[in-house]
Amino acid sequence: MKPVSQGELPLNNYYEPKDLMNFADIGKDAPELATKFFDYYGSVFAEGELTEREKALIALAVAHTVQCPYCIDAYTRGCLEKGASLAEMTEAVHVVTAIRGGASLVHGMQMRKLAEQLSL
Amino acid sequence: MAVDPNINNPFAAVLREQRLELVRKPPRILQVNVGLICDLACRHCHLEAGPQRREIMSPQTMAQTLELVRHTRPEVVDITGGAPELVPGLADFLEALSGLCGRIMLRSNLTALSGADQTRLLDVCVEHRIVLVASFPAVNEGQADAQRGSGVHLRSLEMLRHLNRRGYGQAESGLELNLVANPSGAFLPANQQAQERKFKQDLERRWGIVFNHLYTFANMPLGRFRSWLEKTGNYPAYLTRLQESFNPAALPGLMCRTLVSVAWDGTLFDCDFNQAAGIPLGGEKTHITEITQLPAEGTLIATGEHCFACTAGSGFT
Repeated sequence: MKPVSQGELPLNNYYEPKDLMNFADIGKDAPELATKFFDYYGSVFAEGELTEREKALIALAVAHTVQCPYCIDAYTRGCLEKGASLAEMTEAVHVVTAIRGGASLVHGMQMRKLAEQLSL
Repeated sequence: MAVDPNINNPFAAVLREQRLELVRKPPRILQVNVGLICDLACRHCHLEAGPQRREIMSPQTMAQTLELVRHTRPEVVDITGGAPELVPGLADFLEALSGLCGRIMLRSNLTALSGADQTRLLDVCVEHRIVLVASFPAVNEGQADAQRGSGVHLRSLEMLRHLNRRGYGQAESGLELNLVANPSGAFLPANQQAQERKFKQDLERRWGIVFNHLYTFANMPLGRFRSWLEKTGNYPAYLTRLQESFNPAALPGLMCRTLVSVAWDGTLFDCDFNQAAGIPLGGEKTHITEITQLPAEGTLIATGEHCFACTAGSGFT
């Protein structure tokens, strides 16, 4: 098999901003699943007990936790267009940072219990 | 000779493709831009108003405007700028307009309305129940000042509190205070109702300020905002965003369908944005002294690329 050089790969970068615009193409070869997903997605983000602005802030925060550049792109714009302020957006990112950091730190309790059991 | 402005512009092309038409309904509003002078130089200003501008409406053009109002009796006269408060003779103009139309609106940037020299103007506004429409882009100080200039947010809050003390925005006072919020960047405005709820909640909770309504408008890709879009490389994506958000259902409620805009020098336009784009009323340069009636129902409205900003999402009504 002929080796493929880097220049011939369809991916020059793993993340391309334009891929976000073509997200609907994920429906090719599995249209029913894509339709179900996008219908569900649309319903989730519609105004409910939470406002669209609050949902966009949650999505932005989670986007940072899952470190998805497409989601960060989409929900930075989404938050601004739903009327969120930069202060609210920044605080939302701190919330998930605190949870993420706290989740690491609280596992330190396992470490301490094990270490204490093993130690004199 | 009239030049058809609806040739070679992408907005008109979209209307043609979708078999839509943008024509006038019976005129209701005369919008009067009394000048481009302003104490601020907001980065989103489509007219590039600022302290260096010298274009202001002369007493003669004000008299000609009054004559047209007397003759045509529009429901609403909407005074805009620049900062109209800085144009000499504005208080007298408002007094003269009072009684000639059902509703007089005065657009204010709030900062130009402050100071001892504006006491009479504010007294006239209170006495004649002038509706104030004030720019207030964001509850967030950083975003507001990024758009309007350092310290403007705090000065605006101070003026809003003063207006509340004079009765503006207070229930059953008959003094209407409305706010206008433009996005602080190259993105679309938030849903108007949701944003009004949020602004009311935040302004009352943080500063004890009340107001009647909030209007959210998209930034026009014209003037100073267009220069910023081009300089920062945001122009193509912003235009695409506006075009992709084209909403045919917004057409019936567009303000240009019922409004005529008078520039500081008496030239007529279909709206304030066409004024900034230099596209005269119906594509033909006309002075206020040349008409005795406002344009009739069915008259074609001149459009340009910037019109996508008024039809994005729920539209600019």
